[in-house]
Amino acid sequence: MKRSFAELAEESRGSAEAVIPLLQAAQTEFGFVSRETISIISETTGEPEAQIYGVASFYSQFSFTPSGKHIIRVCTGTACHVAGAGRIVEALSGELGVAPGGTTPDMRFTLHTVACLGCCSLSPVMMIDGETFGKLTPAGAVKVLHEFAGGGDAP
Amino acid sequence: MKRMLVGTGTCGLSAGAGKVMEALRRTQGDFLLSGTGCIGMCFMEPLVEVRDGESRMLYGEVSPEMALEIAEGAKPDQNLVWSSSGRGSHADFLAKQDRLVLRNCGLINPDSMDDYTATGGYEALKRAMSIAPEEIVRIIKDSGLRGRGGAGFPTGLKWSFAASAPGDVKYIVCNADEGDPGAFMDRSIIEGDPHAVIEGMLIAARAIGARKGYIYCRAEYPLAVKRLENAISQAAEKGYSAGVELKVKMGAGAFVCGEETALFRSIEGKRGMPTFRPPYPAEKGLFGKPTNNNNVETYACVPWIVRNGADAFRARGTEKSPGTKVFALAGKVKRGGLAEVAMGTPIRHLVFGIGGGIQGDRAFKAVQMGGPSGGCIPEHLADTPVDFESIPATGAIMGSGGMVVMDDTSCMVDIARFFLSFTCDESCGKCTFCRVGNQRLLETLERITAGDGREEDISFLETLSRQIIDGSLCGLGQTAPNPILTTLRYYRDEYEAHILRRKCPSFYCRALLTFSVNPETCRGCTLCAKACPVNAVSGERGKLHSIDSELCTRCGACFEACPFDAIIRE
Repeated sequence: MKRSFAELAEESRGSAEAVIPLLQAAQTEFGFVSRETISIISETTGEPEAQIYGVASFYSQFSFTPSGKHIIRVCTGTACHVAGAGRIVEALSGELGVAPGGTTPDMRFTLHTVACLGCCSLSPVMMIDGETFGKLTPAGAVKVLHEFAGGGDAP
Repeated sequence: MKRMLVGTGTCGLSAGAGKVMEALRRTQGDFLLSGTGCIGMCFMEPLVEVRDGESRMLYGEVSPEMALEIAEGAKPDQNLVWSSSGRGSHADFLAKQDRLVLRNCGLINPDSMDDYTATGGYEALKRAMSIAPEEIVRIIKDSGLRGRGGAGFPTGLKWSFAASAPGDVKYIVCNADEGDPGAFMDRSIIEGDPHAVIEGMLIAARAIGARKGYIYCRAEYPLAVKRLENAISQAAEKGYSAGVELKVKMGAGAFVCGEETALFRSIEGKRGMPTFRPPYPAEKGLFGKPTNNNNVETYACVPWIVRNGADAFRARGTEKSPGTKVFALAGKVKRGGLAEVAMGTPIRHLVFGIGGGIQGDRAFKAVQMGGPSGGCIPEHLADTPVDFESIPATGAIMGSGGMVVMDDTSCMVDIARFFLSFTCDESCGKCTFCRVGNQRLLETLERITAGDGREEDISFLETLSRQIIDGSLCGLGQTAPNPILTTLRYYRDEYEAHILRRKCPSFYCRALLTFSVNPETCRGCTLCAKACPVNAVSGERGKLHSIDSELCTRCGACFEACPFDAIIRE
């Protein structure tokens, strides 16, 4: 069902409308948007590279540096905020030694905060890769992290 | 044959519905198994319903093991949350609602075309195809339906503009970029009843003469995207789309794209920056062509109205705000979830009647409506009816339906700071007042919550807020200061406490807190010292403990750990 970046690029020749779907495919497949990706999209769609870069830098979904193996998204929406999301971010950030937006030096984890994951009644919530974890405590969030790192060893 | 339905919306899956589904699938039981959309009782997920003839039993907090027992005929009464005979611990949660938009959510399998048509689905479209487009517009006008995305613009009138705009190529757009933090109505509607949205869009396409349409959906909602794509291909297969091509476009994470002109730019593959109106989208919208854009819930109302008539819709709600509204109840409420009520229902009914009151029976402080564009409505205004006239009178906005309940532990200055930091992140940067002004507001609020507030800050916040409202092009900037203005209106004393007395009355802002040990009540049990993550508490067992304020990070762990209330928090 999901098409690869190369397949999508093949179908999207000359279509300016395809800029964002192409960037999304690249972000999913390669974990980031490289200089080379921007050139390919420019060539495919016929839009200038500066225009593609402008679009990519506008939306929060795209990053220009490689992401870690696991992507952690801590929800900091309103319901999660009042339920203590700040302390979850603090705990994870402390455990991983990176600020939100950062990637661990071993490239295993990237920590992000997001505006709302939409499962407010389970607040506070975080998502690691595709899996959602709700009703977290700071200690509980760190425990989930360890489970993801595999067999309880420190991430 | 007996049917078993598992709530497999995002909330359900997050709570473990996938495992329940998997366990049931593996048994070769004598029942038909299917997933269903959001039932609305998010607080009791995972939910499993057993349907046997007319009898329906809904069980909550179901583990995979319990699901297997239920499949074999067990009836765990302690987990029964609702039943068709009116039993169940939370039967009133649904009984106190009026579910029109959510009519099929939790009842049908959202991936099944047959389930949808069995409830009368696509009958409205058939009717719409048999009457003149002007007649469809008239029905929607007569119903008094107003845009559910927040602004409340009359839908029928909007359609008539796009219908009468000259041009062969027209577009129909559905705004499913539900960006307000704390709102999940649109996600649940799509996940639970995607065909209703598609049918509504197809009816609108017929009314305005569009052959192509887009649904702009948040990328954070992968399940909703999947169900929409499935529904679109099913409708096309059955020939319902009648030459109208619908496409799902995924957002890329920009709140401002909820603003329609920005949304159009994003579909076109550009930066999502709002443009000046006029020209209005009805004349020059997507790709410069006449476009009609409505929100998910608005489209979901349409098939119901066409089938049941404008009068039936008007029988609910108020004269100026007919129909119902779906709210996402969240925050410090006992029963968080999805609630649909007639317009004009008091806020109190939602928070206490449906929501069951405040967690831990703490004091109800406020409800936040309208997200970053909205405001906080205080407890003493809880009898305000929810409609497009009464809510704006409080300074908040109807918004799309997010309702975050707050108790006495929420600091209102911090809430204003929270929303401003969101707006600053999301401002597209086009208008100076929005780009720079909101940044100044945020800095001021950060200073106040950090204990460095100045006396002149309040009047500065008020003045600059007014200027940002006047000096911004789109809804984002024009409403960004609302969280500050409403909290200043109702909780000015909290701002003053932060600035003049250097205290946070809700004990939330850490920089303004101090922790010490009460020598009268401390028993030297050492629990506080064990709880402290930075070893700021010292003392021998059985002797008075003390806190080193230099080391203390004011996290409150000692306060929560002490069984003798011997930690003084000021």
